[in-house]
Amino acid sequence: MNGRRLAGLIIKETLQILRDPSALGIAFVLPLFLLLLFGFGVSLNAEHVPIGVVADHPSPTTDPLVAALRHSRYFEVRTLAGLGPARDLLSRREIDAILWLRNDFSRQTLTRAPASIGLIVNGTDANTARLVEGYVLQSWMIWLAQQSQVAAHPLGLPVGLQFRIWFNPALRSQDYLVPGLIAVIMTLIGALLTALVVAREWERGTMEALMAAPVTMAEILAGKLLPYFVLGMGGMALSVALAVFVFAVPLHGSVLILALTSALFMLVALGMGLLISSLARIQFVAGQIAIVVTFLPAFILSGFIFDIRSMPAPVQMITRILPARYFVSILQSVFLAGNVWSVILPDMAALAAMAVFFLGITLARSRKRLD
Amino acid sequence: MWRRLIALIHKEFLALLRDKASRFVLIGPPLIQLLVFSYAATYDLSNIAFVVVNDDPGLAGRQVLARLTGAPSFHQIATLPSTDGIAAFIDSGRALMAVHIERDFTRDLLAGRPGPMQIIIDGRNSNTATIALNYANEIILAFEADWAASHGTPPPPASLITRAWYNPDLLSRWFVVPGIVGLLTFVVTILVSALSVVRERESGTYDQLLVSPYRPWEILLGKAIPGFLIGGAEAALISAAAVLWFGVPLTGNPLALVLGLALFLISAIGIGLVISALAATQQQGLLGAFLFLVPAIILSGFASPIANMPVAVQYLTRLNPMRYLMVILRGAFLQGDGIHALADQYWPLAALGLASMTIAAWLVRRRMY
Repeated sequence: MNGRRLAGLIIKETLQILRDPSALGIAFVLPLFLLLLFGFGVSLNAEHVPIGVVADHPSPTTDPLVAALRHSRYFEVRTLAGLGPARDLLSRREIDAILWLRNDFSRQTLTRAPASIGLIVNGTDANTARLVEGYVLQSWMIWLAQQSQVAAHPLGLPVGLQFRIWFNPALRSQDYLVPGLIAVIMTLIGALLTALVVAREWERGTMEALMAAPVTMAEILAGKLLPYFVLGMGGMALSVALAVFVFAVPLHGSVLILALTSALFMLVALGMGLLISSLARIQFVAGQIAIVVTFLPAFILSGFIFDIRSMPAPVQMITRILPARYFVSILQSVFLAGNVWSVILPDMAALAAMAVFFLGITLARSRKRLD
Repeated sequence: MWRRLIALIHKEFLALLRDKASRFVLIGPPLIQLLVFSYAATYDLSNIAFVVVNDDPGLAGRQVLARLTGAPSFHQIATLPSTDGIAAFIDSGRALMAVHIERDFTRDLLAGRPGPMQIIIDGRNSNTATIALNYANEIILAFEADWAASHGTPPPPASLITRAWYNPDLLSRWFVVPGIVGLLTFVVTILVSALSVVRERESGTYDQLLVSPYRPWEILLGKAIPGFLIGGAEAALISAAAVLWFGVPLTGNPLALVLGLALFLISAIGIGLVISALAATQQQGLLGAFLFLVPAIILSGFASPIANMPVAVQYLTRLNPMRYLMVILRGAFLQGDGIHALADQYWPLAALGLASMTIAAWLVRRRMY
């Protein structure tokens, strides 16, 4: 590889980037836009869930339970006259759950006969339904504790169970979603940046001019890679800054580790784009492939939102070939837990292997031939 | 006139399906994605790995642990001598949860005092942590109820009985697979229509189309109908797979689903054509499609509920055809909704379709002169 020739190619590529602002847009405007939109838009913390309370006969015993729900930030309580209207509202999606205190509720609790509280949730969104169930359970336990105090003896909850949530005690879903989003967005941006550049040269016919030039294929590829690497890392830095300063995600690990792993990941993503680009000589096909193999798999299979540990074994195997999976895992640990070497080192090794693989294949496949 | 239109549609299909690679990207990836994503996209936890530190020599501690290990979603991977070893398992992600039963657990329970125990959960994925917490809570509550019953402690004054409508076992897959029907249909339709005009413009054949005796609206229809047919075929195929392969019940009126999908396709194609008419190069067309697709997917309610979003963003989602489609799909599949129950979703889709098609027509016409 010759320094001066490489510099020439880099200047050519940089000029092309500067002339057509779409690459700058991909590198800087896209992550800014996406991260802001998703960071604010995607949340799995259900708050103010509309819940209908049907108390057939309001009473001093049930009032504290309804009050506990009312005071919980998770619920927006609507008192309803009967189960009939409540069912209608539930099927029209206006409320997500019904808490039904039967008309014999107070009498039964006073006579110590076990009464029952009915909770009906709309199971269509199974995850929200589960969260609602958990929140109601918490309110019910608070109510039970109050009743124990009133009765001056323990009522039915003998275990003093404490939960400790490490790394994210408040269970803020943004704290885990935003680092994951950075990985998803950067996969997309890295691949999009380079996916079209080689295909474009083929389509416009300028590839022949490049081939006729006294440069080697390795230099052509390096000349394409380096300017986009700088762009991609700029976008990455912007994303991390947004995560920390706008979304207030704690960054417990070191910035150096973050930069190092990001650089490695960027090489993989750009390499993937280059490979796609050199396989498909038509921009339409290259773009389709880039989108199909980057964004949706990174969104669904990387562990960014759906936990990999819950997937069936064959799908877990598939996730192992996705670079985003390793980067999501690194980012979630570096942001929330710190420099956890038992996570970072294996993930970095996997990313390094992928970088070598993608760039190596691209180089091996790229020949100075026109057919 | 119809013969001319059919010829145009025929030509459009040829352009899309002519080469092997283009054919493949239309058919292969959606099917592979349907299979992989439907199995992958779940919030249910089936395999919660946990470690145990049991300092309690008594019976009650062992009973609690037996309940946890007996639960199908939990599996114990190690027993540790002391709490010092917990961090190594949780940090590396080998265990999601650690259960610590303190020394006096049985003694305190027998004496009528709260028996101390802790459960530590890895909160890096807060949704997983919340669900694991709820699962563990339910198991401990069941233990408590049995303990109270067999040791004369007064039972809780009321028990909480939960039922889930429309999805009694709360399977994530029933929620996600109908969403994937919409997701894949959306991606294919937008990509086909967003590149349709600009591809011709870039290769120079658009000028030929303009000097042919076609009217602007015929050109527009010629571009829209292939997208509609491809998107419709794709939606039908994926819906069939959802029912036959994944066992998602189609409880509602199939016509309600078809009507919803048709209205959705029109608005998606309209938006795709607007992008295509605005773009000067295929790269810009692709970028535009992307800039629209990604937020539209994330802000559709596909993976995270719209109700959790900030109010301003919730208003923004009203411009997103995917949002309405998600409600239609889930309503028709799970909630047994018919056309009447989904009317609120049809009107906005129809309005979006009309608006986007009108803008596309105006743009195509304007770009002609």
